Parts: sequence; structure tokens; C-alpha cells
Amino acid sequence: MTDINTDQAKAERFDWDGAEYSARVNKRKRSELRLKAIGLTAIAAALGMLFLLLSSLISTGYHAFTQTHIKFDVTYDPEFINPDNLARSDYRGLIREVMRENFPEATDDDLRMLSGILSNAAQFKIRDRIVEDPSLLGQTISLNIPVSDPYDQLNKGLINRDTPEQFRRVNDAEIAAFDVLVSRDVVTKPFNWALFTNADSRFPELAGLKGAIVGSFYALLICFALSFPIGIGAAIYLEEFAPRNKVSDLIEVNINNLAAVPSVVFGLLALAVFIGWFGMPRSAPFVGGMTLALMTLPTIIIATRAALKAVPPSIREAALGVGASKQQVVFGHVLPLAMPGILTGTIIGLAQALGETAPLLLIGMNAFITAAPSTPFDSSTALPTQIFIWADSPERGFVSRTSAAILVLLGFLIFMNAIAIFLRNRFERKW
Amino acid sequence: MTLFAFLLLFAGAIFAYTLNLRAAQSIRNGGGNLHSLTSFHGMYAFLLVLIPAFVFLLVWLSFQGTVINALVQRSLPADVTAGLESGPLQLIMAEIASIAGGRMFGTPDEWKLAAADRLVNLRVTSQWLMVAFLLAIIAGCIYVARKRVSATFRARQGAESIVHALMVFCSVVAVFVTIGIVASLVFETFRFFQMVPWYEFVFGTVWEPQIPIREDQIAAEGAFGLIPVFLGTLVITVIAMIIAIPVGLGSAIFLNEFASPRFRSIVKPVLEVLAGVPTVVYGFFAVLTIAPALRVFGETWGLPIAPNTALAAGIVMGFMLVPFISSFADDALSAVPRSLRDGALALGATRGETMMNVLFPAAIPGIVGGVLLAVSRAIGETMIVVMAAGLIAKMTINPLDSVTTVTVQIVTLLIGDTSFDSPKTLSAFALGMVLFLVTLVINIFAIRIVRKYREIYD
Repeated sequence: MTDINTDQAKAERFDWDGAEYSARVNKRKRSELRLKAIGLTAIAAALGMLFLLLSSLISTGYHAFTQTHIKFDVTYDPEFINPDNLARSDYRGLIREVMRENFPEATDDDLRMLSGILSNAAQFKIRDRIVEDPSLLGQTISLNIPVSDPYDQLNKGLINRDTPEQFRRVNDAEIAAFDVLVSRDVVTKPFNWALFTNADSRFPELAGLKGAIVGSFYALLICFALSFPIGIGAAIYLEEFAPRNKVSDLIEVNINNLAAVPSVVFGLLALAVFIGWFGMPRSAPFVGGMTLALMTLPTIIIATRAALKAVPPSIREAALGVGASKQQVVFGHVLPLAMPGILTGTIIGLAQALGETAPLLLIGMNAFITAAPSTPFDSSTALPTQIFIWADSPERGFVSRTSAAILVLLGFLIFMNAIAIFLRNRFERKW
Repeated sequence: MTLFAFLLLFAGAIFAYTLNLRAAQSIRNGGGNLHSLTSFHGMYAFLLVLIPAFVFLLVWLSFQGTVINALVQRSLPADVTAGLESGPLQLIMAEIASIAGGRMFGTPDEWKLAAADRLVNLRVTSQWLMVAFLLAIIAGCIYVARKRVSATFRARQGAESIVHALMVFCSVVAVFVTIGIVASLVFETFRFFQMVPWYEFVFGTVWEPQIPIREDQIAAEGAFGLIPVFLGTLVITVIAMIIAIPVGLGSAIFLNEFASPRFRSIVKPVLEVLAGVPTVVYGFFAVLTIAPALRVFGETWGLPIAPNTALAAGIVMGFMLVPFISSFADDALSAVPRSLRDGALALGATRGETMMNVLFPAAIPGIVGGVLLAVSRAIGETMIVVMAAGLIAKMTINPLDSVTTVTVQIVTLLIGDTSFDSPKTLSAFALGMVLFLVTLVINIFAIRIVRKYREIYD
């Protein structure tokens, strides 16, 4: 009793306008502000990291979207070309001759250096042109030829000319020769279509993503063909037909756990079962697609169940009421209404599968392959594994290629997610 | 040929559909009283043809390569293959396969050319046999299905029970995947433990699988000790969590309580982008930007930072997990009943006090569940560490040093190595087993916490 009295007395004596009160209020307001500031800092840190990630990729990657070319007049001199065997003529000699015409005062040593300006692909480019059209023999045509990686970097300003010569990838004489060509206005820097039309190569200026894109496409196709029907079948059964008992509980727990199993474990499974026990080919997009399908399956099942659950029971009851069988209800009414949600979930699952790397590494999709696969059973790489291969390559030119490949991969991912968002906004209904 | 077989399969199924549909229609037009709709008769025939033929094709395609290889291998001259291990034998088979594919290097031996010829012949025979069997199966199924069409045939029940069985099969596939994972890991791990005793693996403190081992010296003592590898995983996981937990929780608290709806609707999806970026991209980012930045930082402050320090991988991984933790925390905070929040605010608490003293404690179980799932992600994360962490296992907890992880070892041990009979490759499966068990325990625990907590307020 007395306690309460003293409390009341205190409260009566408390000065609501005094300094003590305002100090307490200020302290509480400050701590509120502090919490807000901490939260904002956290968001800023995360967004800052995202910005740093994108900006460092773009700033290193955009160089690879152009490629330095030099325009030369090439004369198909019969001295070098054997008309009976166009495929195996002395195109190296021809290139040296082209350089001699352009630099008449050069010595033989100089010519070797000058031939190095051009990419290794130059001879094949010159060869392919005459193999295609043998009537070119003896004629002169002008060709745009890609330059080799060091000169490409030089032209893009990535090599600092002030660096002491011994630390530079191109020496003073090489820079001088290249500058002569620049001053003659034959050096161009067009869009690098080779990045999309060539497969992998040891030479950065020739390496492209075609093999990886085709490989990823096949793998995703297989992944979709397997995981979409199986996932929908499983989800419909579990959501609409399965009796609630121990077995269906077990399947459900199992699917939830499967969604959280590390991806590298799926790679081990594929390596041991598909390749080890069944003897399927290594590095094949077919096996890659099957592995990705196993990983995508839980995602699709979970998304499909959510979409089925969102369809209101009144639809089912109405259909049952007019005499449809349970399966007619599900396949004729519920499933079509749930389809937008299912497709959204599937596309998001496929986008995840497209970026998945570790399981593909384990089944050997990181091989060095210089041709795009023509069937899903041929050896191939995939986009993420191609990124991994290039990131491991020591040549400087592959740094910007890697970033460019990442930008291409991110472009595909953004495209897929945009479709998913479009589908969701356009077709998904709120009941 | 394979494509042709699949086309044949679908053509046969569609033919069966129309055949039975027409048959049922003609019964109905003839005045018969059908039990099932005509389309169910068609559907029944469609499924009856499609499924056995499809299964046959899959089985044939999966095993023809293995069977043909075994046949060719058995027909090789006995004096060549005598006493050969599986490794060299595989090389010979690969050479024969490449000769059969038209790629010859030098002049191969006469018997290899003969074997290549046999291989090509067997392949062609196998293709023709496949199509022949397929046609037989399709014809047989069409015959059976057509015979069943009658007014009293319960085609709907027939078709629906097939569809039902298919759906049961689909949901069992997920169980098969788990069984496959466990079986492959257990089987290969068991073989590994036959070469290296399990106690050396579990309690060993040295991990040096890459040491060249002589034949009689397999399982060099102490070379397969799990502890330093797992310690490396823990170091990187802890670093990642030190980043991800405060940043994730901080952003969740702000987005949930203080942000305007407009701010939230913009920032939340942008944060989610961090989780959508493929891990190989993070790995490259860690190598390209973070590791050099850390090295410069270390040089200015005189810290000995290794080129592939655990910090670089850990920091990047931490930011990757931010949206994971923040969305779990956000969900958990939103799931706290409105009444608790309103009550606290009505008593005069500021929004910050409501958050820290009422909502956050109430949401703790859900948040812990999310954090645990993030930990399991971090332990199983592969590409970031493969690209940015080290290869050599050290008994250290110094984050500036280079450490290796379980996933890095799995990948480096298995890249480019096909033989399944050396302890080096098999040890990767033992590591995978450890990884699977650890993440499984954490996941089960986390999912249970999240679910239990949801039940309280639902």
C-alpha cells in the first residue's frame, strides 16, 4: 500500500515539462534514429555490393563486345596458293607477303613480328575465302582481319604505354608498327560478333560463346522436358489425390529437404549413377540436363503445389457438382487455372538451373571443346562452366571475355525472369 | 534414328487414339450405349501405347552404349587385354570409339581397326533392332487396345487409373532421387573406407590427397584427414555469417517497420537480385575485385593477407546470403500478430522499441530457422570457394590465411578424373557424404523450427 502511495506521490511530483523528461524522450528518439540508421546502412551495404559487382563486370566486360580488326588488301598470289590443294596452301607466307607490301622497308625479323599483329585466325579466314570461291586466285580482295590479343588490348587502351618496356606485353617496335597502321586508317573496332558465332578457342581474340550457349540450351531443354511433366505430376498427386498418411508425409518432407541439398551433391550423384553405373557419356548436355532436372524438380513441385492451392475450392466443387470425375476436375479446370503460377515457378527454376555450375563441373562439362555440339549427346560446355574455364585462363584477354560471358549469362537470366514476372502480372488472378 | 524412333512412338500413340475413338464412335452411332465417353476410349489406347513404348525406348537408349561396349570389349584379342587394369582398358575402348567415329591418329593396330568396325556394325544393328522392337510393341499395344473397345468397357476407369499410376510414379521420383543420392554416396564411401580406415578420415588432421602415391603405398598414412578441410569450411561459413546476419537482419527490420511501401516495393526486389546472381559470377567477382582490394588494404596496414584469403570468399558469400536471411526475417516479422504490435504501440513504445522488444523476440524462432538454412547454404556453397579460396588444407582459423573447404576438395578431386578405383577420387564421395549429412541435419532442424513457430501463430 505504502509503495503505491509513494509511486503516486512520485508521479504527482514528476515534472512533465522538465529537463529530465525531455532528456529521456530524446534518448528514446535517438535510439530509434540509431536503429533506422543501422537498417539503412545495412541496405546501403547490400545495394552497394550489388552495384560494385555489376559495375566491375561491366567496366571489364564491355571491351570484349568489340574486337579490333585491320583491313588489308590480300592478293591470292599463285606463288603461295596451290590451286589443286587450296586447303593446304602456304597462307602464312601469304600473310608475310601482305605485311611486306604494307611495310616495304621491313627486314625478315620485322616481318615475323608484323605477322604476329594478326590473329592466328587470319590464315584460316584467308583460306576459307578462297576455298569458297576458287576463282579468286590471282585476284586482290580487301579483308577485315582480327588482330591478336595484345594489339587488341593496345588498341582499346588497356595497355599503358608509359610502363617500362620489359613489363609491357608489346614492345616499343610493335607499338610503333601498330601506330603506323592506325595512322593509315585501316584499323577498325566493330562489334564482336565472333563472341556469339565462334566456339571456344585457346586464343582470346577468337574465343566465343556459341558452344556454351548451344550446350546450355540443350541442357535446359532436357531439364525442362524431364522436370516439368514429372514435377507437375508429382505436385498434382500430392496436392489433389494423395491420402494424408505416413507415406505422403514422407514424400513431402523428402521434397522439402531435396530443395536444400547442396548442388555439388547432385553432381556426385550424377557422376556415380549416370556416368559410373549407367555408362552415359561424360561432358554431354544430356547428362547435364538430367542432373539439372533433379535439382529443378523440388522447385517446380513446390511452385505447382502453391499454384494449385491458390485455386479456390468453389471451382472444384462446381465441376464435381455437374458430374465431372476427380481427374476431369483437376485436368480440365484446376490445372489450366493454375498454369500461369506453375509456368512462373518453372521459369524461375530453369533460370536457377541455367546459372548452376558445380554439378556440371563434376560431370565434365568443363572440357575444352572448339565446336558447338550438334546433338545433346556430344561433348560440350555450358555458359556457367565456360565462365569458369575462362576465369581460370591466364591470358589477359580472357578477363574481359569472362566478364562479357557473365554479362551474356545475366542477360539470359534477366530475360527469363522478365518473362516470369510478365506471366505473373498478366495472367495470374487473385480470387 | 533416335529422333525418328520418338516420332514413330508419338505417331503410333496418336494413331491408336484415333483408331479407338472412331471405333467407339461407330458403336455409339450404331445405337450402342457406351459406358465411357469416346474420348476416354481414345485416351486409354493412347496411354496404353505410349507408356510401354516410351519405357522401352528409354531403357534401350540408356543401356545400349554399355552393352555394345561390353560386347566389343569381350571380342578383343585375349592376349591384348590379359592382365590389363580398368584404366588402360578404358583408354583402348576410347581409342576404338574415336577410330569408329572417323578420327584416326597415326596407324592403329589391325585388331583395333577390326574392333572399330565391329563397334560401328553393332551400333547400326542396335539402331535397327530398336526400331523393330519398337514397332512390334506399338503394334501389339494397338491390337490389345483395339480389342478392348466395346459398349461395356470402362475406358474412363482404365485411362484414369493409368494416369493415377503415372502421378504416383512422378511423386516417387523425388524419393528415388534421395535414394540415389544416399546409395551412391554410401556405396562409394564404403569403397573408400576399404582403402582408408574410417577413423583416419574422421579424426585425421592432415589432408594431402594430391601426393603422388605408389601402387603399394595407397592410403599413405594421415593423407585423408577430414578435420582441416572441415575447419576451412567453418572459417568461411563464420565469415559469411558475420556479414550476412547483421546486414540481412538490419535490412529486414528497416524494410518491415520503417520503410515506406514505395521504398519497400523498389528495394526488396533489388535485394533479391543478389540471391539470383549465379554463384560462378560471385566467384569471379571475388577473384577480380574483392581479393585484390583486400590485398591492397592489407599492404597499407601491414597485414599479411594471402592472395586467396578466406576473407574474400567469405565476404562475397555473406552478401550472397543477405537476401536469404532478410526475406526469412521479414516473413517472420510479418507473421507476428498485429495485436502484439498494436499493443506495444498503444502503451507508448516507439516503433523502434516495439521492434526490438516485442516483434523481434517474437520472431526469433523463424529468424533462427532462416539463419540455419543460410548456414547450410554456406557450407554447401561451391563455386565461390572453388574460384576464390585455396586448395591446400591448413589447420588454421586465421581468416587472412588461405583455407580450403569440403566443396573445393570435392570439385578439384573429381575434375578431369574418370577412374573410380583410386582413394583420391573415392575420398571426394566420402567428403560429399559428410557434406550431405551435415546439411541434412541442419535443414531438418531449421525446417522444423520454422514450421513449429508458424503453427504457434496460425
